[in-house]
Amino acid sequence: MNILMIFRVALRAIWRNKVRSLLTALGIIVGIAAVIAVIAIGNGASEQMKSSINSMGNNLVMIFPGSMRSGGMHMGAGASNTLTAEDGEQLAQDYPELVAAQTPMIRANAQVIYGENNWSTQVSGVGTGFPAVRGWNIGNGTFFTEEDVHAGKRVVILGQTVVDNLFPGIDPIGKTMRVKNMSFKVIGVMEKKGSNSMGQDQDDILIMPYTTVRRTLQNSVFNNVNQILVSLHDMGDLEEAKTEFTAMLRQRHRLKDGKEDDFNIRDMTEITEMVTSISSTITVLLGAVASISLIVGGIGIMNIMLVSVTERTKEIGLRMAIGARPIDILMQFLLEAMTLACVGGLLGTILGVVGAKMVGNIQNWPILITESSIAVSFAFSAFVGIFFGFYPAYRASNLNPIDCLRYE
Amino acid sequence: MLIEIKDMYKTYSMGDTKVNALDGVSLSIDYGEFVAIMGHSGSGKSTMLNILGALDQPTSGSYKLDGREVSTMSKNELARFRNRKLGFVFQNFNLLPRTTAIENVELPSFYGGVKISSEARRKRAIELLEMVGLGKRLYHTPAQLSGGQQQRVAIARALMNDPPVILADEPTGNLDSKATVEIVTFLQELNAKGITIIMVTHEPDVAAYAKRQIVMKDGKVDQIIVNSK
Repeated sequence: MNILMIFRVALRAIWRNKVRSLLTALGIIVGIAAVIAVIAIGNGASEQMKSSINSMGNNLVMIFPGSMRSGGMHMGAGASNTLTAEDGEQLAQDYPELVAAQTPMIRANAQVIYGENNWSTQVSGVGTGFPAVRGWNIGNGTFFTEEDVHAGKRVVILGQTVVDNLFPGIDPIGKTMRVKNMSFKVIGVMEKKGSNSMGQDQDDILIMPYTTVRRTLQNSVFNNVNQILVSLHDMGDLEEAKTEFTAMLRQRHRLKDGKEDDFNIRDMTEITEMVTSISSTITVLLGAVASISLIVGGIGIMNIMLVSVTERTKEIGLRMAIGARPIDILMQFLLEAMTLACVGGLLGTILGVVGAKMVGNIQNWPILITESSIAVSFAFSAFVGIFFGFYPAYRASNLNPIDCLRYE
Repeated sequence: MLIEIKDMYKTYSMGDTKVNALDGVSLSIDYGEFVAIMGHSGSGKSTMLNILGALDQPTSGSYKLDGREVSTMSKNELARFRNRKLGFVFQNFNLLPRTTAIENVELPSFYGGVKISSEARRKRAIELLEMVGLGKRLYHTPAQLSGGQQQRVAIARALMNDPPVILADEPTGNLDSKATVEIVTFLQELNAKGITIIMVTHEPDVAAYAKRQIVMKDGKVDQIIVNSK
C-alpha cells in the first residue's frame, strides 16, 4: 500500500469521527497556538526594547564626568567639572575615522510659558551634532547653527509633547515663548519619537544651544557639561574608541599616571545585553510552559489512538487476512496520528497567529511572528504525532490476525 | 497436489496440561477441488482452517501449497502469501463498515506490492461485483445491504487478486436458507471455473454441495466422504 493511499485511509478514519478527532486535536491546537502566541509576544517585546534602546542614539557612547577627590573627601559620580564641550570637539577632530558625530549636553528643568499655557519640561542644551547623534531629525522648521551656538542665541526647538501642551492648534514656528521669564524664539519642532525603554516620554523636551543654557538659564561661569554623547561609525570599534578617548581625555585633563579618571565612558551594550537576556529568558520560560501543553496534547492523541486501535481490531484482522503486513498496519495508524497532530498543528498555527495579533491589538503590544517559530512548532506537532502515535500503531501491528478476527 | 499437509500438530498449553488441537493430521487437496471440512466444535476444524489460511503456524509438521512450504514463512512472507494465494470468506462477512461495496472489493489490491492503476483496479472491482450480481449496488455500504448481498461482496473481495484458493469459514452461518443456497451455489459455480474451494461448515446440507467432505474429530481426520453427485 503506498503512502498516498494510507494517507487517504487515515484522513477518512479521522473524518469519520469528526467530533472525537477535533477534541483530540484540540490539545495540539491549544499547545501550538500557545507556543506561537507566546513566542510572537516575547519576540515583539524584545524587539521593541531593542529598538527603544537604539532610539536613544546611533552607536552611542556616553562620556560622563567622573568622581572627584578633594583632599581626603571623595565626591560622588558627576562631581567633577572638568568635562567640557571642547573635549568632544577635540575627539571629533582627532578621530574622524571613529567618530560620526558628537554633542555636549547640559540638562536643566524649566517652566515654559506661551500665552495662557504653561508647562514644566526638561531643557537640553546641546550642540549641532545632536540630531545626528540621536538619530532624531527635525520635523518642522530648522535646527540651530554653529553661529547660534557661538552667540548663545535664545532659540529653541520643541519636542512634540511640549508643542501639544503649549501650542494646541497653533503652528509654533517663529513664535516667541518664555522660558524662566526670558523670551526665546521657536525655530523648529523635532519629529515625534515616543517613549524610551524606561517608559519616559522623549518628546517632552526643549532643545537649545548648550551655550544658551549655560549663560542664560544657569548663569554659570563654568564651562563644564553634564555629558558628551558620541556617535561611532561602527560599534565594532567600540573598544578601540574607549581606549583612545580615555587616553586623549586624560591628556586633556592633565591627569598624572596613577590618578584615576575624572570621567566615565559608557555604552549601550550592557543595557542591550541585559534587556535581551531578560526577554529571551521570559520567552524560553513561557515557551516551555506552552510546550508542556503540547505534550499533554500528544498524550491525548496516544489515548485516542489506543481507543481507535481497540475499536478497529476486526478491521486490523481483516486487513491482515487479506495481505496487510505488520508494517502496513503500523504505517496506517502512525499516519493517522501524524495527520491528526499536523491538522491540529495547522489549526493551532492559525489560531496562534490570529490570537497573538488580537492580544497585540487589544493590549497594544508589539507582535513579531517569525517563519522559524511557525516552522518549528509545526515540525514539533508532527514529531508529537509520531512520538505518541508510535506505541498504539506498534501495538496494532503486533496483533495476531486470528485474535483480531475473533474479537467482539 | 495443491495442498499437502503432513503429520501436523498444533499444541496449546493450558496451565500444566497440553491440548493437541491438531493431533498428527495428514491430508492433501488437489487443484480444482471443493472440500468441506466438517466436525463438532473442538474437533480442530477451525485450527485447521487458520493454518490453511496462513493466519496461524503449526507447532510441527509441514504444509505445502503450490509446492511452497508455508509453515516456516515469516510474518511478512505470510502476509504476501495470503494476499496472492488465498481469498477469505468469513461467517460475519468482515466488510469495512461505512465503506462502499466497491472499495471493500478493491481492498486486497492495495496490499501485496503489485502495481495497478486505479482505473484498472476500479474496473476489476466493478466486473467482480457485476459477476456476483451486485452491479447496481456498487456504492452501497454494508449497512445498506442484506446478509446475502454482503456475503457476495465478500466473495467478490476474495476474488480480487485472482487467488487459486478460496477459504470459506462457515460462509452461510449468518444467512437465511434462501441466501444460504444462493451463496453455496455460487461457490459451486466458482469451483466449476477451476478455483479450489475449502469450506468449513457444521451444516450437513451445506457440506453436501462440496465434492468431498473431511470430517474431523479430536484433532484428527475421522472420516472422508466423497459426494457422489
